[in-house]
Amino acid sequence: MIFSVAAFAILVTISLALARAFMGPTLYDRILAINMVGTKTVLLIAVFAVLSGRTSMIDIALTYALINFIGVVAVLKIVEQGNFFTSGDDDRAK
Amino acid sequence: MILLEITSWLFITTGALLGIAGGIGIHRFPDFYSRLHAVGVTDTLCAALFLVGLALQTGFSLASLKLLLIFIFLFFSSPTATHALADAALMGGLKPLLDEDNGGNDLDRHSD
Repeated sequence: MIFSVAAFAILVTISLALARAFMGPTLYDRILAINMVGTKTVLLIAVFAVLSGRTSMIDIALTYALINFIGVVAVLKIVEQGNFFTSGDDDRAK
Repeated sequence: MILLEITSWLFITTGALLGIAGGIGIHRFPDFYSRLHAVGVTDTLCAALFLVGLALQTGFSLASLKLLLIFIFLFFSSPTATHALADAALMGGLKPLLDEDNGGNDLDRHSD
């Protein structure tokens, strides 16, 4: 019973974050909201895994956490420097 | 056994409340950087509380080890992502909302 309460709370948080993602004025608000949705989805998968007893699903949550982090950093890199290829800081000064 | 249920129930409810607080915080704060603070803090702590609560439920097994791994990864990656986001926003020219902007009529005028 407690897990359904927790899952509902996580869904409420995700909907709040999605609302912020839609109406966020700046681009960085959107990235922040999507980062939050990603972390909450990790928790939702973990709660659902323990709720249904299928503990092998926790690997999915772990993989999702890894991918969410890489995704946020990748989006930030392409937003800030415009491309993936220059690894140095040379064109940040522009 | 009941004590274990109660403690894990306590962890999970505080985690859920913190999550909702983060959700509300993301709407109420005026500026991107304060919003970043709200989400960064509650995100990491809410995840930590949830994972500890779930680990109590699964006891000493492989599942709680995996939950611990998730917690360790989130513990390091969430602040890093928040830092990268703040850095990108500052580099992108997003000025933080300082109290001088709205006439500086804050009560504690510490920034002279």
